[in-house]
Amino acid sequence: MANVLAVLEQRGGALKQVSHEVVTAARTVADASGGGVDALVLGPSGIDVSGVGAYGADRVIVVEGDDLRLYQPEAYAAATVAQTQSGDYAAVLMSATAMGKDLAPRVAGRLDCPLAADVTELEWSDGIVVSRPWYSGKAIAKLEIAAAPCVVSVRPNVVNPIERAHDGAAEKAPPADVEVRARTVEIKEPEKARLDVTEAPVVVGGGRGLKEAENFALLEELADALGTAAVGASRAVVDAGWRSHAEQVGQTGKTVSPQLYIAVGISGAIQHLAGMRTSKVIVAINKDGDAPIFKVADYGIVGDLFEVVPRLTQEIKNLRGG
Amino acid sequence: MKIAVCIKRVPDTETRIRIGADGKSIDQSGVKFVLNPYDEIAIEEALQLKEKSGDGEVVAIALGTEESQETIRTALAMGADRGILLQTDVAPVNPVTVAKALAAELDGAGYDLILFGKVSVDDGSQAVGTVVSELLGLPSVSAIGGLETADGKGTAEREIEGGVEVVEFSLPAVLTAEKGLNEPRYPALRGIMMAKKKPLEVKPVEVSDEGITVVELALPAERPEGRIVGEGPDAVPALIEALRTEAKVL
Repeated sequence: MANVLAVLEQRGGALKQVSHEVVTAARTVADASGGGVDALVLGPSGIDVSGVGAYGADRVIVVEGDDLRLYQPEAYAAATVAQTQSGDYAAVLMSATAMGKDLAPRVAGRLDCPLAADVTELEWSDGIVVSRPWYSGKAIAKLEIAAAPCVVSVRPNVVNPIERAHDGAAEKAPPADVEVRARTVEIKEPEKARLDVTEAPVVVGGGRGLKEAENFALLEELADALGTAAVGASRAVVDAGWRSHAEQVGQTGKTVSPQLYIAVGISGAIQHLAGMRTSKVIVAINKDGDAPIFKVADYGIVGDLFEVVPRLTQEIKNLRGG
Repeated sequence: MKIAVCIKRVPDTETRIRIGADGKSIDQSGVKFVLNPYDEIAIEEALQLKEKSGDGEVVAIALGTEESQETIRTALAMGADRGILLQTDVAPVNPVTVAKALAAELDGAGYDLILFGKVSVDDGSQAVGTVVSELLGLPSVSAIGGLETADGKGTAEREIEGGVEVVEFSLPAVLTAEKGLNEPRYPALRGIMMAKKKPLEVKPVEVSDEGITVVELALPAERPEGRIVGEGPDAVPALIEALRTEAKVL
């Protein structure tokens, strides 16, 4: 039997979509092993957790505090460890977001237990079994975790949240007293907020074929037409200073798994493919029909991106408008 | 300022990965190994901090096989003062195991800052630096893209989804470096020559990796073969149709 603790994530007092993914993954493991799911929410007072039960949590534990509004590494780690030690959990699950990538190792370090980070598959087979990308997805490692508890972070976008007839009751727990030596004081947000490449359901990636930085405006317009879309970039254009490294997709950038990845003017170097090959659907637009990107693309258009992209933007606007 | 930089020897990112005969690791023949690219950023930051403070020491520390000496020499060629290899043939799968071996070396050695690359491009756990901070009981900030230090305190910026977190911390501390923190220098010829004479201490360590075992390492499933829907802008309607009706993503 494996009880699972799902650590959820909030921003600005609202639960993020990845929280439902984590609860869904936890439920899958718990069901296979006959265990239960507790969800842990850390944040300011007033977070609406009423939907969490519907994704499979038996119990929702809310640790509230004004100091927990932003991700505070030490306080979050202390609360997660305290909850883990208060129950009989086989696994502590969280999403491999910026927060999860910082919190998971803290919890594993404090508990001195195994950590499997950024997993893309998770199942129960007499123990936790995960798959995770090595070499940024050029290989997939299947791992068996022997110890309980263990800490597992799950890559965003790989679990489809499932709502079910289930009702988790919420209870509140006080935050622990911690010595604070590192304190998050604020989040600076850009004026024009665009989705992060790791979170967006659609990513429009641009490469050297764009010829100069200004031409990324074409991709911005396409992303705007698509709505919930992010703009990504190849290493070549980030190294050239055309785009911010925050947008880089690839082995020395971010790994993305959106519903739709549109590669524009990207030839498809190995290290770029490693970062986007797990996208559900890949479209490639490139003037070189022999470019390696077409080998991983589901749909390709061979042609001049300066003609194809504006047309695509226009057609999508028509579609959305109609 | 006394600064440790923990580094790792990894396959070059342009390497094509092949699975080894055991089905649990990669075939290393013909693979070019390099200093982990994120570790270059950590070394650069350490060197800049030392240069700014006017004195101090930068120590490059690696856990790995004998071959990791080359990786440490690269760090020395960039400008680190000395190196320590914690030598073992065990390549741990659990990042906590790696962190324990490094923490044992770092503990009590009097470092003001301990730097890591935010992630190594081989197993990509993005965990070891942060686990080390917990084992040593030090504050840490991971994946930093900006850093300022003064009077035993620091402020770091870390990129999160759709924003940047600003984190204040006290020294000593552990930091892991993200791209954008700086532009790593290339080792100059003079640095490469000098690196050969810098001290590199080799310490055999016992490493016991427990809790996680590799069942299988496999290449990712091939994507189903796609198709070219057409040439030029006139192919756009066919693409839209395919995305709507076949792929159902629009």
